[in-house]
Parts: sequence; structure tokens; C-alpha cells
Amino acid sequence: MAAKDDRKSVGVEFVKGFWKENPILVMLLGMCPTLAVTTSVINGLTMGLAVVFVLTCSSLIVSIVRNIIPKQVRIPVFIVIIATFVTMVDLFLKAFLLDLSKALGPFIPLIVVNCIILGRAEAFASKKGVFLSVVDALGVSFGFTITLIILGGIREVLGMRTFFGHPVLGEGFEPWIVMLLPPGAFITLGLLLGVKNSIDKRLKEKRSR
Amino acid sequence: MNRRLKMLLIMTLFACISGGVLSLVYLISAPLIEANMLEEERRSILNVVPGIDSYEERIEGEMKYFECKDASGFVVGYALPAKGNGYQGVIKLMVGLTPDLSEITGISILEQVETPGLGGRISEQVFQDQFQGIKTEPAVGYVKNQAPDKDTDIQAVTGATISSRSVVTIINRNIVKFREIL
Repeated sequence: MAAKDDRKSVGVEFVKGFWKENPILVMLLGMCPTLAVTTSVINGLTMGLAVVFVLTCSSLIVSIVRNIIPKQVRIPVFIVIIATFVTMVDLFLKAFLLDLSKALGPFIPLIVVNCIILGRAEAFASKKGVFLSVVDALGVSFGFTITLIILGGIREVLGMRTFFGHPVLGEGFEPWIVMLLPPGAFITLGLLLGVKNSIDKRLKEKRSR
Repeated sequence: MNRRLKMLLIMTLFACISGGVLSLVYLISAPLIEANMLEEERRSILNVVPGIDSYEERIEGEMKYFECKDASGFVVGYALPAKGNGYQGVIKLMVGLTPDLSEITGISILEQVETPGLGGRISEQVFQDQFQGIKTEPAVGYVKNQAPDKDTDIQAVTGATISSRSVVTIINRNIVKFREIL
């Protein structure tokens, strides 16, 4: 019985990050990288994967050490753990993927202060077991990644006529440069939020009927 | 155990582990990062001064430049790293010059954060290629919305005069400084 419950909640904890507790569309966390780096799919994907690595590793460590950390100093200790993994990602990108590292600029080091990661450490990993914390981290961070890819995709297609660097719209389409600028980020994010909420509303009405 | 002491110990412990792990990662990645930087420098030098066999880094006061030689050891040009302010941030570039500094052999924009689609187009090959063969005396200039008719001028990117002017200004300022030390 207990095992069955566990299995069920593992699924729930993983899936919730994609829709019900999507970090961008529901919790509206991590807005700074979300708006700044999603000018193309590859930028969104790299940012997302960096967050997957940092969030999963730090949730793992936080949930392992949660019982030996005195409550009063938990935030500084979490930040040190998160900063360690972020610095690793930053050095890795500089060593192996220099162009991407340049494109993402300061936003990789800034993952340290990304509220999604501290949020998961504080709200989940510091209270739950190791396995569930990792599952939760994977769900939330992949939910984050997919949303960044969608945002980056829309902005790249309309702003540069390309998707993942491949041309998809013909020469006849004049690129909407505004999509690559900050207003384009806000407009696209706003529309995505609207779409998500209207789908949720419709689902709810269907269920109540 | 005293609670305060425990807090201190735990924080120190985590800071030490973090420091240890990071210095290990740094030890592995530092040579790779260094090699990346050198490779990028090499690529941009070969890009702006054509037909060279080797180059040597020279430092004169605050200025760094590269003396480029062909296979027989003849100086065929100089590559000059330069930077300055653009419309939104710093623009870094490499300028290639003939040995008498009278002509630009090519430029390469290394880093810029100009507006994508407008000023950002200074990174496009078409814009950079314009600088090939441009005369540097009395100074490099630019014209708007038409093909240049002087051999010192390039055409600014449409709608991005400030970014284009910044590139020209950075080049001029560095050539003037370079003339003094050479």
C-alpha cells in the first residue's frame, strides 16, 4: 500500500512542474532569465538545461543534508550549495561551448539568485526525502526548459524567421524585430499565460458539468 | 554542543567543501578556457590580415597588437584589438592593417550587445566586409543610405547609425594611437 502511494506521488511530483505548478506560467518565478535569454530556441534550451543540472544537483544535496543544517543558517548554506553548481556550469560552458556562454552572458552566473532553485530547496527539498526531491527538481526544471523553448521558438520564428537556426519562413516575411527586444518577451509571455489560463478555465468548466 | 558553534561549524564545513570542489573543477577547465581564448584570437587575426604565416604579440605601453608575418618572415600587416562604447554596451573588435597603416585589410567584430536586428547587424559579414581596402587617411568615415563614393567611407547599417558610427570611431581612435607608438 505504502509503495503504491509512493509510486503515485512520484508521478504527481514529476508531472506537476509541466502544467499545474509550471515555474514560469503558474508560479511566475525566474522571470529575469525567462525574459532576457529567450531570443532563440538554442538560448532557451541551454538556459533550461543549465537550470535542470543546478536544480537537480542542489535539491539532491539539500535533501541529503537537510537534517544536519541548523534552521537559522539554512538559507546561506543553500545558497553556497547552489552557487557551487552554478559556477561549475559556468566554467563548463566557457570551456566547451564558448559561443553559447557568450550569448547567455551574465544570466548563467545569475542562476544563483534564480528564485525557482532557492524556492524548490526551501519549499520541497528541505522537507522531503532524497528521491522525491530529485523527482520534483527534474519535473520543475524540465517544465521550465520546455516553457523557455516555446517562448524562444515563438520569438525566434517571428523575429528572425528561423527555428533552431534553420530558416522556416520565406523571404517574403518581414521579421518582427520587436519580438527580439524586451517588449517581445513580455508580449509573448503574456499571451502564453493567457492561453494557459483559458485552457485551465475550460477544463474546469468541463469537469464541473 | 553549543548551538552557535554548530551553526558556525556547519557553514564553514559547507564553504570548505564548495571551495574544494570548485578549485578542482577550475583546475580541469582553466587550460581549456585559456585555449579557447587563444584559438578565438588566432581565428580573428587570420581573418583580418590575409595571407599570413605567423604572428607575434607585442605590448607597447597600454597597447597590445600583433605583428603578422608571411612565410619568409616579412611583416605583411598588423592586427589591432580594439574596444569602445557602442549604443548599448562595449563593442570589441579586431582591425587588420597594412604595414604602413594606410589601409584596412579587414575587421572582425568579436563582441557586441547592440540591438538585435538593428545595431546587432554590425556583426553581419556584409557590414564587416565593407572595411576591406578602406583607406585610413585622413580618417575612416561613413555615409547613410547610399553607396559610399570616397575610398575612406563605409555605408552605415540602416537604422543603426550610432552602432555603425561607434565601430568607425573605435577604429579611428585606435589607429591614431597606434601610429604614435609605431
